[in-house]
Amino acid sequence: MKEIALHIQDIAENSVRAGAGLLVIEIREETRADLVTVVIEDDGHGMDDDTVRKALNPFFTTKTVRRIGMGLSMFKQAALQADGRFDVDSAPGRGTRVEASFRLTHMDRQPLGNMAATIVALLMSNPDMDILYRHVRDEDVFVFDTRVIRQTLEDVPISEPGVLQFVRELISARQNLDE
Amino acid sequence: MGKMTIEELRKIRAQAKKTINLRDAKGKARITVHMGTCGIASGAREVMDALLKAIEDQGIQDILVTTSGCAGLCSHEPMATVEYQNSPPVKYVDLDAEKIVEVLLKHAVNGEIVKEYALAIGSEKMN
Ligand SMILES: Nc1ncnc2c1ncn2[C@@H]1O[C@H](COP(=O)(O)OP(=O)(O)OP(=O)(O)O)[C@@H](O)[C@H]1O
Ligand SMILES: [Mg+2]
Repeated sequence: MKEIALHIQDIAENSVRAGAGLLVIEIREETRADLVTVVIEDDGHGMDDDTVRKALNPFFTTKTVRRIGMGLSMFKQAALQADGRFDVDSAPGRGTRVEASFRLTHMDRQPLGNMAATIVALLMSNPDMDILYRHVRDEDVFVFDTRVIRQTLEDVPISEPGVLQFVRELISARQNLDE
Repeated sequence: MGKMTIEELRKIRAQAKKTINLRDAKGKARITVHMGTCGIASGAREVMDALLKAIEDQGIQDILVTTSGCAGLCSHEPMATVEYQNSPPVKYVDLDAEKIVEVLLKHAVNGEIVKEYALAIGSEKMN
């Protein structure tokens, strides 16, 4: 994976498979602390301690099409190579929280990449899952919440082409949507 | 700012509602993009984004877009499957942003299989 946004999409696919109803994605860029923090949290079926330990092993997967699972270990690798930390916190029935940090100015830190494309692809494939996406850059806070969008859309699905185009533009422009 | 964007979304909603009512619920074709980890790593998201943009920009109706997980052919990702009306599904391999738009316009819209990118069952491409 070449960018953090792609890792986020991939980690979010795990949340989808875990039956998440709400996915929270937070990116925090802190210039003074020289830190980027990414948190991906879901309310899916979660994992017990043993599964969490195994999940960080690149050869563990509960999928049946393939013998290896790469998603979490690749994300962990991306964080560690940029002098960051990686943590998975999960409990059965409660959900899962994945946190990765990176040193902002580290030479090997991957670029954030195209978050608009990531969110649009997630909405396209999982139109019923809610997404709360927060992107904080020092004092500047951007919030995108599908629950607010749905209030206006009423019976029109969020995966309609025109709506996805709107979402893409909103996120690309980092334009907050007020209620 | 906020008020204006909600206003914009309202208009989009009204427009979408009209096209939904006109559209054949079954759709003419379905395109499935494989979005497993290997797919994402090799460019499936760009393929999906190009596909959605082409559908939006050209106002194409009756094409359903879905995603699926890994299909087990990781070395040929990005992949997509096209099901045109009642014809058997065709898998396309090693796609990129341009190829998927060609597949959309030729196969999903007009029903002509794009042989250059299609996976021929039983051929060496399967390995
Ligand atoms: N959010 C989550 N909720 C529940 N289980 C999870 C979650 N994330 C990961 N897991 C478990 O950990 C395993 C490993 O995840 P990982 O993303 O590393 O690989 P994978 O999803 O199995 O395969 P790949 O990501 O390579 O397609 C998963 O198969 C799943 O059992
Ligand atoms: Mg995964």
